[in-house]
Amino acid sequence: MSDTPAIELRKINKRFGPVHANKDIDLVVKKGSIHGIIGENGAGKSTLMSILYGFYQADDGDIIVDGKKVTISDSKAAISMGIGMVHQHFMLVDNFSVLENVVLGAEDSALLSGGINRARSELKRLEEEYELRVDPEALIQDLPVGLQQRVEILKALYRSAEVLILDEPTGVLTPPEADHLFKILEVLKNEGKTVLLITHKLREIMAATDTVSVMRRGEMVATRETASTSMEELAELMVGRSVLLRVDKKPAQPKAPVMEVENLTVTDSRGVQVVKDVSFNVRAGEVVGIAGVSGNGQSELLETLAGIRRATRGTLKINGETIDLGTSTLDAADMRAKSMGHVPEDRHRMGLINSFSEYENSILGYHRDPAYSKGVLMDLAAIKKNAVAEIEKYDIRPPNPMLKTANFSGGNQQKIVLAREIERDPEVLLVGQPTRGVDIGAIEFIHRRIVEMRDAGKGILLVSVELDEIRALSDRVLVMFDGKIVGERGADADEGELGLLMAGVEDNNKMAVEGGAL
Amino acid sequence: MSAGQLPRWVDYGLIPFLNLAAAFLVSGLVVVLIGENPLDAVELLVWGSVGYGEGIGFTLFYATNFIFTGLAVAVAFHAGLFNIGGEGQAYIGGLGVAFACLALDHIVPWYVTLPFAIIGSALMGAAWAFIPAWLQATRGSHVVITTIMFNFIASSLMVYLLNNALKKPGSMQPETRTFEVGGRLPFLNDIFPSFGFGYAPVNLSLFVALAACVLVWVLIWRTKLGFEIRSFGANATAAVYAGISPVRTIVITMLISGGLAGMMAINEIMGSQHRLLIDFVTGYGFVGIAVALMGRAHPVGIVLASILFGMLYQGGAELSFEMPNITRDMIIVIQGLVILFAGALEHMFRPAIVKLFTPSRALAAKEA
Repeated sequence: MSDTPAIELRKINKRFGPVHANKDIDLVVKKGSIHGIIGENGAGKSTLMSILYGFYQADDGDIIVDGKKVTISDSKAAISMGIGMVHQHFMLVDNFSVLENVVLGAEDSALLSGGINRARSELKRLEEEYELRVDPEALIQDLPVGLQQRVEILKALYRSAEVLILDEPTGVLTPPEADHLFKILEVLKNEGKTVLLITHKLREIMAATDTVSVMRRGEMVATRETASTSMEELAELMVGRSVLLRVDKKPAQPKAPVMEVENLTVTDSRGVQVVKDVSFNVRAGEVVGIAGVSGNGQSELLETLAGIRRATRGTLKINGETIDLGTSTLDAADMRAKSMGHVPEDRHRMGLINSFSEYENSILGYHRDPAYSKGVLMDLAAIKKNAVAEIEKYDIRPPNPMLKTANFSGGNQQKIVLAREIERDPEVLLVGQPTRGVDIGAIEFIHRRIVEMRDAGKGILLVSVELDEIRALSDRVLVMFDGKIVGERGADADEGELGLLMAGVEDNNKMAVEGGAL
Repeated sequence: MSAGQLPRWVDYGLIPFLNLAAAFLVSGLVVVLIGENPLDAVELLVWGSVGYGEGIGFTLFYATNFIFTGLAVAVAFHAGLFNIGGEGQAYIGGLGVAFACLALDHIVPWYVTLPFAIIGSALMGAAWAFIPAWLQATRGSHVVITTIMFNFIASSLMVYLLNNALKKPGSMQPETRTFEVGGRLPFLNDIFPSFGFGYAPVNLSLFVALAACVLVWVLIWRTKLGFEIRSFGANATAAVYAGISPVRTIVITMLISGGLAGMMAINEIMGSQHRLLIDFVTGYGFVGIAVALMGRAHPVGIVLASILFGMLYQGGAELSFEMPNITRDMIIVIQGLVILFAGALEHMFRPAIVKLFTPSRALAAKEA
């Protein structure tokens, strides 16, 4: 194998408005290797790969493919340089055959038959060479996802890809299918192809790669030989401990449970179980943190409890009332009426309506409250008075309730949401990613508010992918992995230990913990 | 300040004006190609529509229709729904007006009949919007498709009903009998003779339309339901988070929208024709889409846009009468251009104008 790297990136930068998605990224991918890129969701992995595949243009920096400096203006250019990509969500036409999908976009001529026949023989060769067996006449819709993915790989190989990028390839696969995929990748490697594997699962990195690069918050923080690193080290690198958060707080004085969740199972629209038989409780006067790499069911758990998502089964006890979540038709408004506040994980998508004025957002979800209405009309005077009071109390800037919400900074937007939910004084508060995209000053303020609420005797369930935040705020930490709660630790939990749990490494105390959590 | 934020006068004044100017410029070219003087044509069009009492009366009569159908489209817009079925909903709304008038016109005066006609037209229009609304809310069948289909169904249904059930016995015309005085709204010319509206059919429903504007404004910006409608239209995910039911919001919004479209029939049937007849809607439902777009889905904008389209209808008729080269079809071309520039190409000048206004604003912000 030659020493020229298959791909080299030098000082790649990419900004989306105020978000610096990729900061000075350097990366060297050796020819004929499987190179893993690991990082949490939002760390910038997909952005980087999209730059490599021509979906985005880097703001600055160089891309060197096979020793030549190149500009990749679109995916066509990437393909012509021998870069192929297998997307997380397959780009296949469901009611076309495997063969037709492979040829799609590479038909070569106006008449289909010539290309199809060439493709048929070429596919046969590829299948034999790489042990990628798929019936070329089968329709995509009849194939299981594992085989569909194989078609994606064949598509890339048919376009003579030398470098294959796989973006979260195991997200949709069952464990045996994933194992099979890794075998295929091994064969590809042995045939001299280079594989870039994007994932947030440590286990896969350890199982499949030769080299691994870790990304965190848009930066490439480390590159290691897989053989000489450990899951522990990678977990630590991924989560990072750069910002040490400290919140002054007294020890919690928990009382009776205000919320008890039992055997909660949630299935998403694809029919995949995303929350698996989860049981826990939150007591009055404590913060229960749910730690985990994002995408392990925390979001769905929070949305189900908030009444936004339907559960398959499970019960919820809140303030002594028992709700069968499997059959309940309670929506978000009903849950609010049961004194449950909810600061959603994504304020732009869910927590706020950006085109509305601040005062309108200050009652979103509480607009039916008699305090803010007169009959069918909204009581604008009362709403604005309340908005002004919240603006003052939460130091929301600029202090203008008439301003469009989109024109507030991230931290101030988050304060609008927080003020709205906390000031209604709920018994239980669900909080998701309270400080995502929020500046340091606002982080402190938000953390203080959450602790104050705890001290006022409310129960708080906190979901965050920032381990620092979880450790700073929580009195108890539950770790979620693959839809299950895999461990419970105290407020003083060791970071490395939590990191391992988050990575899905078996917990020795698991049996004991599960007994204890119920 | 995020990019794309414009001062209100630019957003609501300058951009519609530019769109309109572009439409008239292109129309002017068309007039030149026909061999007529475009300035004379404009003069005729303006004089014909607002130059004398009767012209104004016709302009306002048409505007009344556009206000109803424009409001209908606008209300649905606020929930992010595109109700293209105003045509059919207005047509079926005519049934409600006709039932009220046929039942009451020989017993009570018009002002007793009117409330029943309003309720009847709104109920029938809403009913016609209900099935598309329900399908959209529960099955995801797009209202754009279903409301268009329902326009055709309405058309066939009305032909059937008028020919087989509602026709005056012994008549060849597919229309009901003419209403008695109790089923006729007073013409404004009879109430305000000094305005000199002459034979123009503008009638009391103009005030019903203006009242509807006020009510729609209150509904959208002052009621809890309006807040829910706007929330759902602006961010459906956030609306669900806020406990706003998508099914309920879609259905109620479409019922209100259909009801408003149905009320257009009051102006045509009870105010002008005094009988239910075939094809009385003749495109007002579709033009309502352009009116709502141009009026930025705001009642004030809709009134202004309605008057503009009223002027085009009335002034256009005068124009084709005075300049035989400019046929009725040419007027439709000009209307089409206005719709094209004000509706479909609404955003054509926007990027340039945003560029024009953003740097100066950024500079101003820096200095401040």
